[in-house]
Amino acid sequence: MNLQSVKTIYLAEMSRSLRTVLQSIVSPVVSTSLYFVVFGAAIGSRISEVDGVSYGAFIVPGLIMLMLLTQSVSTASFGIFFPRFSGAIYEILSAPISYFEIVLGYVGAAATKSIILGLIVLATARLFVPFTIQYPLMMLLFLMLTAVTFSLLGFIIGIWADGFEKLQLVPLLIVTPLTFLGGTFYSIDMLPPFWQAVTLLNPVVYLVSGFRWSFYGTGDVSIWASLFIIMLFLGVALAVISRIFRTGYRLKP
Amino acid sequence: MTLSTPPLPLTMAKHGSASGSGIEAGAPIIQVENLSKIYGSGFQALKEVNLTIRRGEIFALLGPNGAGKTTLISVICGLVNATAGNVRVDGFDNVSAYREARERIGLVPQELTNEAFTTVWDTVSFSRGLFGKPSDPTHIENVLRALTLWEKRDNRLLELSGGMKRRVLIAKALSHQPQVLFLDEPTAGVDVELRREMWEVVRGLRDQGVTIILTTHYIEEAEEMADRIGVIRRGELVLVENKATLMQQLGRKELTLHLDTPLDGVPPALAGHDLVLAEEGHALVYTYDVTRQDEGTGIAGLLADLEATGIRVKDLHTRQSSLEEIFVNLVRESA
Repeated sequence: MNLQSVKTIYLAEMSRSLRTVLQSIVSPVVSTSLYFVVFGAAIGSRISEVDGVSYGAFIVPGLIMLMLLTQSVSTASFGIFFPRFSGAIYEILSAPISYFEIVLGYVGAAATKSIILGLIVLATARLFVPFTIQYPLMMLLFLMLTAVTFSLLGFIIGIWADGFEKLQLVPLLIVTPLTFLGGTFYSIDMLPPFWQAVTLLNPVVYLVSGFRWSFYGTGDVSIWASLFIIMLFLGVALAVISRIFRTGYRLKP
Repeated sequence: MTLSTPPLPLTMAKHGSASGSGIEAGAPIIQVENLSKIYGSGFQALKEVNLTIRRGEIFALLGPNGAGKTTLISVICGLVNATAGNVRVDGFDNVSAYREARERIGLVPQELTNEAFTTVWDTVSFSRGLFGKPSDPTHIENVLRALTLWEKRDNRLLELSGGMKRRVLIAKALSHQPQVLFLDEPTAGVDVELRREMWEVVRGLRDQGVTIILTTHYIEEAEEMADRIGVIRRGELVLVENKATLMQQLGRKELTLHLDTPLDGVPPALAGHDLVLAEEGHALVYTYDVTRQDEGTGIAGLLADLEATGIRVKDLHTRQSSLEEIFVNLVRESA
């Protein structure tokens, strides 16, 4: 394992986030706060409780998950896409490092940034609503698994995209809608039976539900189903990346 | 602006070779065997290329656009997968022992590919770390000073001129102390002054034992710098030769005789010589091979015949064909 190279990529990516601190950290915190103002205070005041917790506290795990998913995908996809776009990827590909080490550097940095942001949003949420975390270790496990899995997805998108438009396509048209429809702002019990069944096809439901379970001990689906789905996602993402590197897809003719 | 090339403390890192023979000038450092590359589109960019680069030399790879120069470099450096054949760097296969092979190579690409918002210092330090080398600020400082980039170390790359960006790419390639440096069209699009500065840098590197392989469109560049020259055409290496030998073997000389009195045509008495009347009859141009000149048969006979026919010569000069003419002829002949 060429740890020096992994560390170099990792630190370079982290410093890129710090260089753009306003966009990287302040912006998600501000937008999450706005969600609390709009959904928590304005709408939440008309909804008493969901699954035994106040509406403001109910949406906290979903909002963190929304931010985690979008940030993981966008950070990791941009991280690998930009050197491809600028041509600087030649240096990565000609360095004495394995593909696994390249992924470790880029995805590790994207996941770290997302986890830090998740914790910042968690702290921000605490300023708006009181809540407790019943299973903090499980919460951290979900945070990490989701950040890593969606950073891997972002890495795949960054390699697949051949322009900025495609880079935005998956996050905007798939990730964000699935998250909004994944029980971020509501319990799926509130939906009619038909839509409940449809919603269960949305993988993000399992992530939000599992994460919410770690906070309040209740979720839309079983915690084991949530863990299974996130591990399945992780496995699929790793398999796709392994294939990308084996074939040299979009990287190595 | 001049480059303060000496001292260039950019010497290669100490590595053992795969054969365990250590560093020995003139020994093969890159061996390319039966290398072929067919792209997904079906285009064959390389056709069974065989090439050995010797340690410490400057090797220039010449060829027209699309000949396969960049593909060859890209396969050696690991940017493109070979379809067939193999490459060994200092004895290490560049696929099965890619770590050992790649850590010996520095690559300066053709395009100016930099991340615009990073500083010179950061980007060069990044390259060193990427190649697995521990941080060494002294070495980075030496590289930047040698390339007259030290004053610009805190500048972001977008603030630099094209020539400086090119030098940053060279600094990045030298940051991990490679044994072999690939320069893919290093002076493409740069002005004459900067080109000469680059040549000085490259010579300085060679003097320290770094093997240089450069591709170029500028024949002048190869003529000026290379020890050996390879000509690639349509994916085939049509010639590899010492520059001096190449120019001697293939170079043609022209002897121009400026006449006292103009002629209407080449006199019949001189018909046995390869003469052409030029400058509206004021000059006779005699073209001959360098090898024939060595035999001493051409010029002496011509001068004797001129004297016999009473033609007076007021001046004469000779001109040897440039590498460019050799190259053009070679490419044309193999077409």
